Amino acid sequence: MKSPAFDYIRARSVAHALEAYRDLDGEGVYLAGGHSVVPSLALRLQAPAALIDLSGIDALTGISLDDGWLRIGSMTRHAEIASDPLIRDHARLFHLAAPHVAHPAIRNRGTVGGSLSLADPASEFPAVALALRAELEVAGRDGIRRVKADDFFLDIYETAMEPGEILQAIFVPPVRTGEVCAFDELARRRGDYAMVGAAVQAVVEAGRLADISIAFFSVGNKPTRAGAAEAVLRENAMNDTAIAAAQAALDADLDPSDEPQMPASVRRHLARVLLGRLLGHLGTTA
Amino acid sequence: MTMDIELTVNGEQVRESVEPRMSLADFLRERLQLTGTHLGCEMGACGACLVLLGGKPVHACLVLAVQASGETVETVEGLSERGAIADLQAAFHDRNALQCGFCTTGMVVNAHALLGETPVPARDEIRDALSGNYCRCTGYEAIVDAIAETARKRASDAEASA
Repeated sequence: MKSPAFDYIRARSVAHALEAYRDLDGEGVYLAGGHSVVPSLALRLQAPAALIDLSGIDALTGISLDDGWLRIGSMTRHAEIASDPLIRDHARLFHLAAPHVAHPAIRNRGTVGGSLSLADPASEFPAVALALRAELEVAGRDGIRRVKADDFFLDIYETAMEPGEILQAIFVPPVRTGEVCAFDELARRRGDYAMVGAAVQAVVEAGRLADISIAFFSVGNKPTRAGAAEAVLRENAMNDTAIAAAQAALDADLDPSDEPQMPASVRRHLARVLLGRLLGHLGTTA
Repeated sequence: MTMDIELTVNGEQVRESVEPRMSLADFLRERLQLTGTHLGCEMGACGACLVLLGGKPVHACLVLAVQASGETVETVEGLSERGAIADLQAAFHDRNALQCGFCTTGMVVNAHALLGETPVPARDEIRDALSGNYCRCTGYEAIVDAIAETARKRASDAEASA
C-alpha cells in the first residue's frame, strides 16, 4: 500500500529535532534509517502529521573511543556495525550480531539507534546492548541523560524513553582482560526473525568465570537477562555440569507465551539448546 | 506539502517536486518511467525494488524520494545500459534463471553489488546475499548457478588479461 500524506522535516541538530517534535504536538515521528517507520506507514499502522528526519544530524553519527568506553552514534547503519574495526575490537557482540540482522540491503539503511528505540522483542541489538551492559544516551527537552540497558527495555516496543526523546549514542564499557563472547540465533532461514537468540559475554580468570552476562531475545515481550543462569555460572569453572545447571536454571529466567506457530515448551527447549551451544563455544575460545 | 529534490539517477541530474510520502521506487517508476524497478510487497520483504543508492543496494520502497535528495541512484536500466551486467544477464538467460521475470531485476542488481564486494563468492555467500530476494518460480538453484558462473568467468577473464 501507499503511505498516507505527511510533511517532512530534515532536522539540522538534536535541538532542532526536539523543537520540531514539540511543535507537532504529539503528531511527529522521528525517522532514522526508516526501515521500520516507512513500512509501518505503507501498512497504515500509523499516520503522523510529519516525519522528522534525523539522518543529517552530525551529533548522532560516528564511532569513537572515549576514556576506554566505545561511543557508537545512534545513526550508525547495521552494515557499518558489521565492518567497523573499533566495534570489532571493543564491542565484539555487535560485530557478531550484525550479520544476523535482516538482509544485506536492509543493513545498508537500518540504524542501531532505530533498532534499540523500536525495541522489537525479536531484534538482535537490544539483547546485545543488555549483554554488553551498555549505557544509552538519551536527549530530551530537559537535557541529556544516560540509561543503563538493563533499565531501558520495558516491554514490547516500549523503552524508558519519553515521547519526543532521542537516542543519541550507545556507550559500551571498556573491554576487560579475559573477556570472551558468543552470539547466535535459531531461525528458519537466514534473515528471518529468530525463534530464539542469545548474546553472551563473560570474563574468564584462571579457568573460572569471574563474570558473565546472558541476554535472550525472541523469547517473551522484551530482551531478557538470564539472571538465574548467570548466577549458576558466575565464579564457577565452565564444564558440562555447569552448563547443564545453567540450562536448567533458564526455566526461571524465561517466560515465553504459547503461540500458534510455537508452543512455549518448544521455545524453552530451543533456548536451552542455544545456551548450551554458546557456553560450549565460550569454553573453546577462552 | 511538496518538496524540491535534486539527485543523480543513472548518471543524469534530476530535479523534481515531490510529496514527502512518495517512495523512491514510485518516483523512479512514475516520474522517470524507470519501470525496471519493480514493486512487490512495498514493505522491504521481497527485494524486487532493489536499486543502488550511493553504490549500495537498498529497497527503493523503503526509501522516501525526499531522503534520496542529494544522493546518487543507479537502477537496473543504468547498469544495463552501461554494460555493467551484460554477462550476468546472459548467464541468467543461459541458465533459465528466470521464468516470470518479476524478481529478476532486483536479483541482478543485488548480484551486481555482491560481485563488486566479493568477486568470487561461495554458494553459501550467494544464498546469504540473496536471502532478501524472493523468487516464486525458479527455486533459486539456477539463479545461484548463474551468479556463480558469472563470478568464475570474470575471474578467469581477469586472469587471462593479467
